[in-house]
Amino acid sequence: MTHGATIGDAAPKGRVWDRFPIRTKRVIWAWAFLALPIIFYGWIRFYPTFQAFWISFTDWDILKPAQFVGFENYDKLIHDPAFWKVFRNTFTYLIIGAPVSLVVAFAVAYYLDRVRFMHGFIRALYFLPFLTTAAALAWVWRWIYQPVPIGLINGFLAQFGIPQQTFLKSTTQALPAIMVTAIWAGLGFQVIIFLAGLRAIPQTFYEAARIDGLGEGAILRKITLPLLKPTTVFLVVFSSIGFLRIFDQVYNMTSNDPGGPLGSTKPIVLMIYQTAFSSFDMGYAAAQTVVLFTILLIVSLLQLWVLRSR
Amino acid sequence: MTAIAPDAGQPLKFGRIRPGQILIWTVLLLGGLLMITPILYMFSTSLKTASQVYDLRLIPAAPSFDNYVKVLSDGNFMRWFLNSSFIAITVTLSNLFFDSMVGYTLAKFEFRGRYFIFLAILSTLMIPTEMLVIPWYLMSAQLHWLDSYWGIMFPGMMTAFGTFLMKQFFETVPDDFLEAARIDGLNEFQIWWKVAMPLVAPALSALAIFTFLGNWTAFFWPLIVTTSRELYTLPVGLSSFSDAQDTRWEMIMTGAALATIPTLIVFLVLQRFIVRGVMLAGLKG
Repeated sequence: MTHGATIGDAAPKGRVWDRFPIRTKRVIWAWAFLALPIIFYGWIRFYPTFQAFWISFTDWDILKPAQFVGFENYDKLIHDPAFWKVFRNTFTYLIIGAPVSLVVAFAVAYYLDRVRFMHGFIRALYFLPFLTTAAALAWVWRWIYQPVPIGLINGFLAQFGIPQQTFLKSTTQALPAIMVTAIWAGLGFQVIIFLAGLRAIPQTFYEAARIDGLGEGAILRKITLPLLKPTTVFLVVFSSIGFLRIFDQVYNMTSNDPGGPLGSTKPIVLMIYQTAFSSFDMGYAAAQTVVLFTILLIVSLLQLWVLRSR
Repeated sequence: MTAIAPDAGQPLKFGRIRPGQILIWTVLLLGGLLMITPILYMFSTSLKTASQVYDLRLIPAAPSFDNYVKVLSDGNFMRWFLNSSFIAITVTLSNLFFDSMVGYTLAKFEFRGRYFIFLAILSTLMIPTEMLVIPWYLMSAQLHWLDSYWGIMFPGMMTAFGTFLMKQFFETVPDDFLEAARIDGLNEFQIWWKVAMPLVAPALSALAIFTFLGNWTAFFWPLIVTTSRELYTLPVGLSSFSDAQDTRWEMIMTGAALATIPTLIVFLVLQRFIVRGVMLAGLKG
C-alpha cells in the first residue's frame, strides 16, 4: 500500500527511489493512492454502465446466452400499456410530491428561521422522520391506514361518523396515501437545507430593505426568494430525482401485492425490479433502466441550465 | 438543547413578542408534533400487548417490554440486526478511508490527469443505482458473491459523493502544514494520515454519519442480492413479513422500533454534527 507499490521489484530498495526528484516522487505517490479507487470506479461503476446499455439491446434472460436484438426491447416498451401506466404513476409522484413537499418545507423553514424559543427542539421534530428506515416506518404507515379497529386515521374518522376509507386497498387512494409517507420522510431534509440557505443570506440585505421601507411580502419576493435560488434549485432537483426513483415506500406499503391494486401505485423502479428479478427478463429491464437514466439526466441538465442562465 | 437556541437567526429581544409570533410558534410546534406522531405510535404500540393494540391511546395502559424480549430472542431478528450493523460499519470505515484518500490526492497533488480523474469520478453521480443493479447482479452471480456480506457491501465501498465532500474540505487545509511535515521527513502516506486527516475531522464525522445512515436504511440492492434469511439486512427482513388478517402489529412495531433506535441514538448524541453536516453537504453539493 505504501512503499512497496511504488518501487519496482528489480531496484535495490531506496536507490532508484531516492534518485527521483521530489516532484516525480509525489506523482508516483498520487497514482499509488489512486490505484485501487481507479480499479473500483472502472470495474464497479463505468463497466457496468456500459454493460447496462449493452444488455438493453439483447434478449438476455439468465437462462440462455444473450443475443443482440437491436431496438426490440425499446420498441416493446413504447407499445407496452403497463409501461405507460407506470410512467404516469411515476410522474404523478413527481408532479404532486415535489411541489407540495418543497412549499411545505419552505414555509416551515421560513417561519422557523425567525423562531428563537425552542428552535433546536422544533427543528429536530421536523428532521427526525428523515432518519428513519423506510422499510420499518412503512409498517407504521400501513398500520395508520388500516380499517377500524386497528388504523389510526379511520379510528379518528369514526369518532366523527365519517365513513371508513380504504386507503392502501383502493385504486384511487393508494397512490396519494403512499405519497404522503414519502413526503413525510423527505420533508426534514428539505427544511434543514432551506434553513441553511436562509441563514446564508447576509442580514445587511434585510436591514437595507427595511430602511427602504419594504414590507414583509416585498422582502420575501425581492430579496429572500432570489437570493435563495441556488438552494431552491438544488432541492427541486434533489427531490425530483427522489420522487422519480421512489421504491422503498411503494414496495413496503403494499408488499402483499407490490404495486398496489391493479398496479395503481407502481413506479418505474418497481417495474424494473419485477421485470429483472421476478420475470428475469434482463434485456427488457435494462431498457427500462436506460429510460430512467435518460429522464434523470434531463432533470440534472435542467438544473445546470437554470443555474447558468442567471 | 437549550430553551433559547444560540444559533437562531436574530438576537433575543424581550418585550416585543407579538400575538402573531405566538401563533406561528404554536403552529410550528403542532406541525412538528404531527411529524413525529408515527414514530411515537410505533414506540407506543411496541409497548402494548396484543389485546391492547386496538386501544388507540398514545400512552399504553400497562407498558411492557415483553415484545422486545420476544423479538430479540427470535434468532432471525437478532441476526438481521447484527448483519445490518456489520455492513453499515464496514462500509462506513471503507468510505472514510478511500473517499478521503482520493479526495486528498485530488486536492493536494499536482499531476497530469488529475482533473480528468476528478471529472470521471464525479460523473458517476449521474448514473442511478437502478441502472447498475442488473450488471452487478450478473457480476455477483459469476463471482459467487450473491447472498454474501461482500455481495451486499461491494457497490458502496467508495462513493463519488464522499470523495467530492472530502476534496472540498482538504482544499481548505493550508499547504504549509503539509510542507512542514514533509521537511520533518514524513512520507506522503503519513502526511495524509497523521497531519491532514485530523484537520478535517468535522468533515469525516459528517461523512461517517451519512454513510452509516445510508447503509443502515439501504433497501434496494440488499433486497436483490440476498436470498437466504440469515443474510437479510434489517430492512429486508422487516419487509419479508406479510400483512395478513392475523398480523401481529405489536411485534412488527417492535421490530420497526428496533430498526429505528440506533439511528435515533446517533441523532440524539450527534445532533449538532448531523444538522450541520447536512447543511454543509447540501450547500457544497
